Amino acid sequence: MEERELRALVDRVKAGTLSRRRFVRMMVGLGLTAPMAAQMLASAGVVEAQAKWTFNPTKRGGGGLVKTLWWQAPTLLNPHFANGTKDQDACRIFYEPLASYDPDGNVIPVLAAETPSLQNGGVAKDGMSVTWKLKKNVVWHDGKPFTADDVVFNWEYVMDPATAAVTIGPYRDVVRIDKLDSHTVKIVFKSPAPFWAAPFCGAATGVIIPKHLFQAYKGDKSREAPNNLKPVGTGPYKFVDFKPGDIVRGEINPNYHVPNRPFFDQVEMKGGGDAVGAARAVIQTGEYDFAWNLQVEDEILKRLEQGGKGHADIVPGGNIEHIQVNTTDPWTEVDGERASAKTKHPILSDPAVRQALNLLVDRGSIQEEIYGRTGIATANFLNAPSRFVSKNTKWEFNVEKANQILEAAGCKRGSDGVRAKDGKKLKFLYQTSINPLRQKTQQIVKQACAKAGIELELKSVTANVFFASDPANPDTYSHFYADLQMYTTTMTQPDPQRFMDQFTSWEVSGKDNKFALTNKTRWRNEEYDRLWKAAESEMDPVKRAALFVKMNDLVIQNVVVIPVVLRPGVSGVSNRMRDVVQSGWDSNFWALAYWSKT
Amino acid sequence: MSKYFLRRTLILIPVLFGISAILFTILVMAPGDPFEELATNPNVPPEVRMNLRAKFGLDDPLPVRYARWVASMVRGDWGFSFVSRVNVDTLILQRLPTTLIVLGSAQLLAILVAVPIGTYSALRPYSIFDQIATTLAFIGFSLPTFFTGLLFILLLSIHLDWLPFIYRSDISATGWRWYWEHVRQAIMPVAVLGLAQAASMTRFMRAAVLDVIRLDYVNTARAKGLSEGVTLVKHVVRNALIPVVTLVAIQIPTIFGGAIVTEQIFRVPGIGSLLITSILTRDYSIIQFVALVLAVLVILVNLLTDLAYAALDPRVSFRA
Repeated sequence: MEERELRALVDRVKAGTLSRRRFVRMMVGLGLTAPMAAQMLASAGVVEAQAKWTFNPTKRGGGGLVKTLWWQAPTLLNPHFANGTKDQDACRIFYEPLASYDPDGNVIPVLAAETPSLQNGGVAKDGMSVTWKLKKNVVWHDGKPFTADDVVFNWEYVMDPATAAVTIGPYRDVVRIDKLDSHTVKIVFKSPAPFWAAPFCGAATGVIIPKHLFQAYKGDKSREAPNNLKPVGTGPYKFVDFKPGDIVRGEINPNYHVPNRPFFDQVEMKGGGDAVGAARAVIQTGEYDFAWNLQVEDEILKRLEQGGKGHADIVPGGNIEHIQVNTTDPWTEVDGERASAKTKHPILSDPAVRQALNLLVDRGSIQEEIYGRTGIATANFLNAPSRFVSKNTKWEFNVEKANQILEAAGCKRGSDGVRAKDGKKLKFLYQTSINPLRQKTQQIVKQACAKAGIELELKSVTANVFFASDPANPDTYSHFYADLQMYTTTMTQPDPQRFMDQFTSWEVSGKDNKFALTNKTRWRNEEYDRLWKAAESEMDPVKRAALFVKMNDLVIQNVVVIPVVLRPGVSGVSNRMRDVVQSGWDSNFWALAYWSKT
Repeated sequence: MSKYFLRRTLILIPVLFGISAILFTILVMAPGDPFEELATNPNVPPEVRMNLRAKFGLDDPLPVRYARWVASMVRGDWGFSFVSRVNVDTLILQRLPTTLIVLGSAQLLAILVAVPIGTYSALRPYSIFDQIATTLAFIGFSLPTFFTGLLFILLLSIHLDWLPFIYRSDISATGWRWYWEHVRQAIMPVAVLGLAQAASMTRFMRAAVLDVIRLDYVNTARAKGLSEGVTLVKHVVRNALIPVVTLVAIQIPTIFGGAIVTEQIFRVPGIGSLLITSILTRDYSIIQFVALVLAVLVILVNLLTDLAYAALDPRVSFRA
């Protein structure tokens, strides 16, 4: 999709012939993120829809206890050390960012007084800085005022390498933060920042901790801060109790900066157990009000829903289950390294074989028979506009065509039915992590490939090993010592720039970087690199989106990866709960202050 | 006696070192690492992970890491969890009471069930009561706790909706309500663990009573004209309990093992569930500590039993 077509779509939203939500969905279908889509609309002057709540109380509190269940238990309460979404969510009960991302990717101010934009002068025209006005009269739970000093301190805290903060990502692009007055900060970037809403926004990296309690614990002493376990934030709930790996409890903050919120008097986040048990406690027995990340087969969810106490809430996000196709040769050792970037895959380097593989993944059956509501078949990253207008995005599953392509490419069937090219058999090793859904998917792909004369050998590795970052273990996904591999890549971050660097030539994963870099397929393409660099500093959101769409096209046309299904987030919500709005781009608790119950 | 005690205690030192070395090597060589979740999150730059590994000393050679670990253990510094960055002792102390309450009640339940049933079965061997008790006992110890746990949840929580199946250490109610809630949520895990224990204990009790009841002093007691009740309680059961008590002591570490699974099923926030989550996240310091404590427990219980035998029966050689 070209820039021109994107502009036409934006105009249609402006004219009201295309709904905002539909537009955002289309952009996500193109491999962009909702926050980026929202930015495109904002730049065209389409006013942000304000979140609407069904329940608008006239006084604070009175809702009693809300019980939530995370089958992975939170382990710490310092957002800058969060080990995963479970910790980010737990921190978000007490701490807040300057702004959150709503389901459509809009930047909704929380601790900020307003969302910066080109129109109100918050965002500099050259993209080199963004100015945030902070909400006045916000106090920390201990009564101290929240000011610009706290914002500046968080940047210093995160940037100190000895602190070892995991939230450093978006802050590395910041040169300095100027405090203009007690409630205004100006963030100055190293280079034009098209996505200025990365620092201090969203629960993953943006929440702010108080300077007065953490300034003595910056750097080496970061682990010793007593408040790592006893958060003092600005959020709707004050800290009561925390047992790492078990439970977090909070009580209502009587001075919360949003009037008449929150509704519940106490909040409890219990951790541990398994996903099915969590689904049961919310959806079937109603013992709990909310459950996180129900990675449970849809069939089971449907059966539990018959009880009528709760339901599965499916939230579209950007997570994609996909198959990666190796471009290097995993079976030859060069300089003591298999799948070295210096090699080329003997068979998979043939575009015809890649095209054939793409035709042999039966996404329809995979969605229908395996994932149900929890996996939406996707040709994803695809380009033809007519397909996006039609509701059913088309992918193709065509054994016939695959056979023709292979035949034309000179891959002849041998006596055992397996094709061979230049004496090399079309036999591939297809690896993934152990997970019943993935093993079933492997079977479906294997059967289709067999019909086209490609033999797949299936391998499954324990998830703990497959996703480990241990440079000495050859079975990890980052070594990719196989021909094909499948897993879900998470695209929960609001801007695709970092996500798309997994196809750039400087990110090739290998022995010299301890397999830590992100380009696992080791595909390299000059045009892609050029587009990526252009997008990094392109300030026009629509032009930038067009660049990303082109990058996606390159990846798909060259069959570097074969998208299988989009995996939306699944939460369990009690039928009595109201306004439990989930955003695929922010924490499950981003709207906790607005939750209520009948 | 004191010499024997000293010798046995001294042997413990090399044994402990051996165990710690094996534990450490196996754990460290196992694949996976504590920062796995950061590795799959594209928001976190790889340098952060590398930095953390270096900071927590995970990149040092194995012997260096082992020496450092032993040295800090000897100093009484148990290290801290890589995942929550909290000291191991804080984490363990937080969870110890829950585990002790659940395991203690389970053990108590087991004794309360096993002793009377075992005794009565032995008094009327091959009666209908004995047949039923034996059958139930066999079912009891052939079913693993994770299975009975799920059956209990299915029946009592889901079909009948009587009991909660999620254990909460923080219950906000006060007074009697607080006790009641605690009892209610503890019923299932305690029953699962306790009944599994009771099953084997019943068999031991029955055998022990059968052995004792035939002995001469029991006949003497009866001949003296003591009532059946007094004979039973003072002469039979008391003597029969000696081997049973030893058995119970030796089984304590095994019970800990069983508790790990049960805690996970009912989300009991005890040491067992801490161990499981730590294993899943490769949180070395916690796994090493809990495993070491279990090992020490086994050794200590064995030592105590040996010493107790020696004290009870001087024929067990002090000199050898």
